[in-house]
Amino acid sequence: MSTDHASAGLIDEYARGGDGLPADTVWALEAHLEGCAPCRGLLAAAVPAAAPDVAALVGSVHAALGPQLGTARPVPVRRRARWLPAWAVPAVTPWLLTAVAVVVLALTLDSAGPPDLLGRVSPLLLVAPVLPLCAAAAAWAPGLDPAHELTAAAPRSGLPLLLRRTVAALAVVLPVLLAAGWLTGAMSAAQWLLPSLAFTTTALALGSVVGVGRAAAALVAVWAAAVAAPLWATGRLPFVLRPEQLPGWALLLVLGAATVLARRRAYSAPRT
Amino acid sequence: MPRAVSAASVAPKTHAWEIRAEGLLVRAGRKKMAVNGLDLALGTGAHGLLGPNGAGKTTLIRALATVLRPAGGELELLGTAADGADLRALRRRIGYLPQDFGYYRRFTVREFVEYMAWLKEVPKAEIPGAVQRAVERVGLADRADHRMKTLSGGMVRRAGIAQAIVNDPDLLLLDEPTAGLDPAQRLRFRELLQELGRDTCVVVSTHLVEDVAAACSDVVLFADGRLVFQGTPDDLAAAGGPEHPGDSPLERGYSALLRHTEQPGGIW
Repeated sequence: MSTDHASAGLIDEYARGGDGLPADTVWALEAHLEGCAPCRGLLAAAVPAAAPDVAALVGSVHAALGPQLGTARPVPVRRRARWLPAWAVPAVTPWLLTAVAVVVLALTLDSAGPPDLLGRVSPLLLVAPVLPLCAAAAAWAPGLDPAHELTAAAPRSGLPLLLRRTVAALAVVLPVLLAAGWLTGAMSAAQWLLPSLAFTTTALALGSVVGVGRAAAALVAVWAAAVAAPLWATGRLPFVLRPEQLPGWALLLVLGAATVLARRRAYSAPRT
Repeated sequence: MPRAVSAASVAPKTHAWEIRAEGLLVRAGRKKMAVNGLDLALGTGAHGLLGPNGAGKTTLIRALATVLRPAGGELELLGTAADGADLRALRRRIGYLPQDFGYYRRFTVREFVEYMAWLKEVPKAEIPGAVQRAVERVGLADRADHRMKTLSGGMVRRAGIAQAIVNDPDLLLLDEPTAGLDPAQRLRFRELLQELGRDTCVVVSTHLVEDVAAACSDVVLFADGRLVFQGTPDDLAAAGGPEHPGDSPLERGYSALLRHTEQPGGIW
């Protein structure tokens, strides 16, 4: 290449249509124009004189498009945080609100004095171990998610998505329970936190076989039968919620988590 | 910005058929075997899946979408076994529109398709462009920022088609996609179908014979969980004679082929 830029004569010739130029020169010139703003400026200046019909065409298109460009609507501001649906589907909101309402209800009952019916044990302590489990089940249960069929066929379906949604549900319910427990002083966090986490992982583990919704329902039933009923009968703090039982709960948590990990492929597998 | 052609999209195919089923059994519910010993091989193109109500079309499509696990037989999708180890990679290449698909009413069309693109693991940087393309292809660009609950039934179905094609699938499964579309939209949909059928294996389940005639290169007639007929729309028309009921050659061919598989409950 003899020079860094195209000559004015070459650009004039190109603007006239380039019929007199060899094809390889046209290619080289176009490649140069794509990357060189000053030469494109020379070409723009050369067009009105060299090719008036092209200039007229560009002018008329510009005039026709101008009004439309002025009225084009700006892209609306995004209302919803983009990361949110990745953690919680909108369908779960009413269920999380229900869980919070249950805590508030238990809190109200508790502040009125623990009812004799339950043997003077705080109702909060009775719902706390199973409430996070219910919230987690609501976040994943196929029946509650209208887009479940679409989710089931998607590559992201599986354990990571299940864990995301579970974590999101727990992130709503656990702080409310913690606050309620701290307000009433009726229960220490250790007393219910470990059982609730153990229940949740067990539900996920059983869920790989029978579905998370069904597993959660079964566990709530077991909880009601094993704890609430004896409590009603004897009026004492249920045996399983006493502090000396915590290692048992920890064992259940570890077993549940291990089962979930071992069966991780089952969460994305097609249903039979 | 021009779309780059990925290495995966120009790689040579290593499989003969996009869908290959041999003696496929799929259960619907606990007892009923809705797909009962199906042998099928489908390649690139638009395939119309025709059959009477209760023939097992939806069950078959759900099995092809890897939502249901076959109870027996062999099913190979895009050259990999449908229940194989690499289900995730396979699902990335499938687009699926269920018959009555659920959606989140408060999402806008764009948010819904974006969410589906995220679920389908479309690379994050490509999501906005892919969503815009999908929404434009189904003619919803002017409604992209409207909420799903404000849309008519036909528009919702088009949004469903948009989510199915957002990941540029190699295998596209559409279950009753023309339900609720008005005649003009159906014409547009047939064009889209022909366009998609050029480089994709599209399976369209429908009970509208004319949709198949206009848009599909291949007809699969399905009754009682079994393959009754597979061929071009012209072959289907040739199967019927003037003595068979129907208003068009295709309808006559359809009733001619199905007369041996009369439903026990009568024609209704």
